[in-house]
Amino acid sequence: MKHPGRMVRQVLSSLLRKPATVRYPFVKVTMPKRFRGRLRFYAERCIGCRLCMRDCPTDAIQIRKIADKQFEADIDMAKCIYCAQCVDSCLKKALESTPDFELAQLDKNNLRQTFRGQPPASQKPPEDPQGKP
Amino acid sequence: MSETRSRDVTIPIGPQHPALKEPTSFSVTLSGEKILQVGVRLGYNHRGIEKACESRSFIQSLYLIERVCGICSHSHSSCFVQAVEEIAGLQLPHRAMYLRTIIAELERLHSHLLWLGVAGHEIGFDTLLMYTWRDREIVMDLLAAITGNRVNYGMNTFGGVRRDISPEQKADILKAMDTLEERTKYYISVATEETTLIQRLSGVGVLSHDDAIRLGAVGPTARASNVKRDIRKDDPYAAYDQVPFEVITSDLNDVYGRTLVRVRELMESYKLIRHLLNSLPDGPIAVKAPRKMPAGEAVSRYEAPRGENVHYVRANGSEKPERVKVRAPTLANVQAVAHMLIDRYLADLPIVVAAIDPCFSCTDRLIDLTREGGGRCDVITWGQLHDYSLRWYKKQGMDLSKLNSRFKCGESS
Amino acid sequence: MAGDLFYILIFPGFLFLVVFALVADYIDRKLHAKFQNRIGPPWYQPLADLIKLAAKEDLIPRQVDPWLFKLAPVFAVTAVVTAALYIPIWRHGTPMSFNGDVIVVLYLLTIPTVTFFLGGWYSRSVYSMIGAARSIMQLFAYEIPLFLSILAPALLADSWSLGGMSLFYAHHPWYALFNVVGLFTALIALLGKLERVPFDIPEAETEIVAGSFTEYSGRLLAMFRLALSIEMIVGAALIAAVFLPFGLNLGGPAAFGLYLVKVLGIVALIALARTVFARLRIDQMINFCWQFVAPVAFLQVIIDLIAKGVIAR
Repeated sequence: MKHPGRMVRQVLSSLLRKPATVRYPFVKVTMPKRFRGRLRFYAERCIGCRLCMRDCPTDAIQIRKIADKQFEADIDMAKCIYCAQCVDSCLKKALESTPDFELAQLDKNNLRQTFRGQPPASQKPPEDPQGKP
Repeated sequence: MSETRSRDVTIPIGPQHPALKEPTSFSVTLSGEKILQVGVRLGYNHRGIEKACESRSFIQSLYLIERVCGICSHSHSSCFVQAVEEIAGLQLPHRAMYLRTIIAELERLHSHLLWLGVAGHEIGFDTLLMYTWRDREIVMDLLAAITGNRVNYGMNTFGGVRRDISPEQKADILKAMDTLEERTKYYISVATEETTLIQRLSGVGVLSHDDAIRLGAVGPTARASNVKRDIRKDDPYAAYDQVPFEVITSDLNDVYGRTLVRVRELMESYKLIRHLLNSLPDGPIAVKAPRKMPAGEAVSRYEAPRGENVHYVRANGSEKPERVKVRAPTLANVQAVAHMLIDRYLADLPIVVAAIDPCFSCTDRLIDLTREGGGRCDVITWGQLHDYSLRWYKKQGMDLSKLNSRFKCGESS
Repeated sequence: MAGDLFYILIFPGFLFLVVFALVADYIDRKLHAKFQNRIGPPWYQPLADLIKLAAKEDLIPRQVDPWLFKLAPVFAVTAVVTAALYIPIWRHGTPMSFNGDVIVVLYLLTIPTVTFFLGGWYSRSVYSMIGAARSIMQLFAYEIPLFLSILAPALLADSWSLGGMSLFYAHHPWYALFNVVGLFTALIALLGKLERVPFDIPEAETEIVAGSFTEYSGRLLAMFRLALSIEMIVGAALIAAVFLPFGLNLGGPAAFGLYLVKVLGIVALIALARTVFARLRIDQMINFCWQFVAPVAFLQVIIDLIAKGVIAR
């Protein structure tokens, strides 16, 4: 039966319900485990095949050799489209997606992350594995 | 179309306008509140994606094509992947087909719920917007848990899909379907009983059956004019030939009909998803695909939430596609919009445009012709292209001048 | 004299009206949000909006008539504040009451709509001109039902002053039941006057950007918005004074509290209407008002005339 105000009852009962809005950022929101967020690189597993570089749609990842069988990855978070194709392409599972999505930075230079592994004991003291903040 | 008099006003709706979700230009000539003429200009969303695909490998192009649109990203991705798989002659495992179809139906769900909200907003019914988008969050969370992102799912790869559905996720999906079915029944009851809504949507944007076929309307826009065309039934892809479902049509020919078609398609999608989940075959989720695709070309069609999506891909044996062409459903529907608006009120314009579920990001592609040996680039109109193609076919010995396919969308530039 | 100035400028005149308008705006928006299962704005949001707008630059387009453009919002605010001076709040009548002030209040409440029209028309922007034309078309539709609904109880009370009417109904409280139909039509007409959904056609955001207010910015827009909010409480107070004339006998703070409750109750009803209806088209609105609301308002007049005849005997 047609009448105006069909939604009145739902609308009034909404007064008693908790709001559907999440008070982000005062309430933290976590994404599911398989969410394709920030990338993470395990330098100790990389063999330098550079398949990830080949398959990346935006050239966001650069692999550089810093010593014999040691590589570092330079990931530009602004270029990355978080498709995780590099994660799939990597033969040694050296890349993984984390559910971290709060990636905004105030300084544009902070958008480039460099991942280095632990150098061998004979060389300089170990650096922070995340590289520059 | 009536002639314009000196006191008629031409107002620009767009490219920036609160009624439009994406930039398009409608140049509307009004006499009071009546619309006399509508001029449509597209192209504000052109990003050169088709050209960009030619300098990227197939796997890179896949992600690029996926980002043609945010709401129907899986449809573009699947359509492209189907075309390339046909060129490469890949045979997909059954589980992969089913998974692709499940994600496709989930995408249809969230797209139609989004549309319901947008339609409510365009007619000033913000409550419908808030409620439907709240329910849409359930689908978005499901998609984030399964595929890893809320839009641009990245589910497809050549030869299958990238992620699998675990039994817990299957249980979550089934529970969500029950919740959403309850909510959709409520929205159907609101749509059929709320007087102000029916008054705004009925009799508006009338497109007769013959006009729908003549102007080439696709998707729910055409199905609401009793044109029973649905690529899932007419040209089945993925797993659609193995599940039973109905093609929803309506004979109301107006925006109200389109609303009912979309809401009932939601109910069909719930049934589809349940059936697919319960009969999901075991097996691998992908086969290995080569990096260099053999030479060949393929046309693939897909029923996006907005209508028929057509992709054409040509490969030449290298790692990069030679030509990719995307024909989005909104391009087919936008000609009907100009026709539907003549002699209607200005107040109907937002809802008529919203009723075709416009996605101008999908639509704006361009034809760019480079003359051989000259290097000079021309942009030619559809009419010039039509003449050029007639001359070309005549050289091959075929006379196609009897075919009547003049495009009027966007005027010469 | 000083008492009158205090009444006009501070309480319950201009300053009180501004504060009350912000409170009513907050309640309207918060209720609207809660109905839609959202959180809604914090309590200081309407004040923050006002301050933000007032702090911005007024952009006067080149093609407008600057005097009319700048004066239109001022007239809108002045008219609604003046109309509020005649509406009884905690006793029967106000220091400014006189016989005939019902009509004056109704006319003063028409002035804001005319200023929207003038402001929009002289903005010379396509969207504003369409919005202004719609404003006036809508005025023709709801004005008659509003007038008839408000004047019917005046007929029954045999008085043309709001103070006199409330005195009459205080002596014969059950006669207010004759006016129930009028309450219904007055609320619908008030929705039209305030340009709220389902009648927010002149300011249909998805069709004509912002209607008459498209070219306004800064302090002028702040004044227009303030005028709309004050118009809401003045309209609600008028309906409360005419159709819900209870409790004025209690005098003093109790009557004032009751006044607040009545006005905010009507504001809550307006918020509910905003939530459950879609926006009508202008032709549908005019049809609806002339085919349904105006005859019912006329019916209310007839009921009151008959009742008056019965009472007189």
